[in-house]
Amino acid sequence: MTSIEFDRVSRDFTTPDGRPYRALDDISFTVSAGSFVAIVGPSGCGKSTLLNMAAGLLTPSCGSVRVDAVVLTGLNRRATYMFQQDALLPWKTVRDNVALGLTLSGVARRDAHARAAVWLGRVGLAAFGDHYPAQLSGGMRKRAAMAQNWIIDRGLLLMDEPFSALDVHTRLLMETELLTLWEAPAASGVARPSQGRERGAESPALHAPRSRKTVVFVTHDLEEAIALADEVIVLSAGPSAHVVARHQVTLERPRDLMELRTSPAFIDLYRALWVVLREEVARSQRTAEPTRG
Amino acid sequence: MAERRGEILAWRVLVGVAWLTLWQALVSLKILDPFFVSRPTDIARRVNDWVVGGTIWRHLATTLEESLLGLVIGSAMGISLGFALGRSPVAARVFDPYIKMLNAVPRVVLAPLFLLWFGLGIWSKVALAVTLVFFVMFFNTYQGVRDADRVVVDNVRMLGATERQLVRHVLIPSALTWIFSSLQTSLGFAMVGAVVGEYLGSTRGLGYVISQAEGTFDTTGVFAGMTVLGVVVVIVSAGVTRLERWLLRWKV
Repeated sequence: MTSIEFDRVSRDFTTPDGRPYRALDDISFTVSAGSFVAIVGPSGCGKSTLLNMAAGLLTPSCGSVRVDAVVLTGLNRRATYMFQQDALLPWKTVRDNVALGLTLSGVARRDAHARAAVWLGRVGLAAFGDHYPAQLSGGMRKRAAMAQNWIIDRGLLLMDEPFSALDVHTRLLMETELLTLWEAPAASGVARPSQGRERGAESPALHAPRSRKTVVFVTHDLEEAIALADEVIVLSAGPSAHVVARHQVTLERPRDLMELRTSPAFIDLYRALWVVLREEVARSQRTAEPTRG
Repeated sequence: MAERRGEILAWRVLVGVAWLTLWQALVSLKILDPFFVSRPTDIARRVNDWVVGGTIWRHLATTLEESLLGLVIGSAMGISLGFALGRSPVAARVFDPYIKMLNAVPRVVLAPLFLLWFGLGIWSKVALAVTLVFFVMFFNTYQGVRDADRVVVDNVRMLGATERQLVRHVLIPSALTWIFSSLQTSLGFAMVGAVVGEYLGSTRGLGYVISQAEGTFDTTGVFAGMTVLGVVVVIVSAGVTRLERWLLRWKV
């Protein structure tokens, strides 16, 4: 339950040959607490840069990032970050990896392992606690990374194309799993995963927004963005990328990702956003600037 | 792999036997003069005499002691400095030319100095081994720390690690893979340092045995000394390989 606000944020880099390069220009938007926002844009437009600033791994050249209305300095301690690349520690077992956030904050090893076991079960890795990351498939490593992030239960979840390296079907499963975790009420760490799949009766608006994490999800895949998010923000092609469109996604929750992509409402949304994104993708092809993730 | 292991062992033995047979044959056929190159059977007999007579053990023990001390001290120094400079790019740039300069000094030149400073005992040899091991360990640790995966570092920082936790959970394990891959080289260097040191001035050790033999044009003694040294290196490095495999077991 954390809100994050970009206030006129710009970020400059220096190119290898010493010229200044403005990656992001004058970006302003707010992600309210408990909502799921996807950021799409052509590759190299600075999406990851934006996320790194939200994490506090990078500082803005101008403007500021505010977390729960407080200007962010240093690392964002209310956020976890799921990276595009493998970020598990290869020399630790899956169990130790999942428990890492707890052990770092001083939780006793036994307790940390007990809680890690719960999370391993929840992401379907109960039998793989003693394996090393290199012994797992790409999809399993992503599950482990998800558990590693969720176990420390912070209000804001930053995700940088987390599933882009996976094949289409594994990806769909992972997206489903993400939504299941996110839509499940009670982030206290004891919710059963099945709860998120229940349909009908309770309106999601009644219980969910109070306990849900805030998610900022970066992707270049518009379908993924619409399928997952409450709001899609489209960035322009770089350099000087800026926000070109914001679109509410009014699809009902919980969503069935297996069916969603063929529903008329989804297709309408896709068409409306693709018109905007298509322009930017075309533009990014024309400008032969060095790409930045 | 398993079925190939026997095959490889067979080839290994074959190569060794072929080499020794060729050597022996060339000497027997008087193509080579045994005064200069000895002959395998003589060398084997000499090694056997040393082992059975027990004269070799105290020399071997001395050389191993010096090598081990050199390895431990050199590693400790190299790893610490590698870490310090790996974490501090500014200091790394300051020290860079000096480290390169020192590394370029031929160690043989240092040996007489060390004899002067540390005497004829084991410490002058340990010092020589240290100068060799230090640089291998330093460069590898430095590289290992610099080479730590940026994403893993960022991930661990986001998960709440302090600087010290970052060093312990990421930088040390990351550098360890580099350090271990250089351990074989370092071990070899430590023994070279010890033996060269002994060779240039000592009262015991394999280097001393070899230099005594050379002093009397006893080529059999020289080759026998080299044989003992070689066998010991192979045995010790097999042990290191096993240790390495265990410590880096997460690398599938």
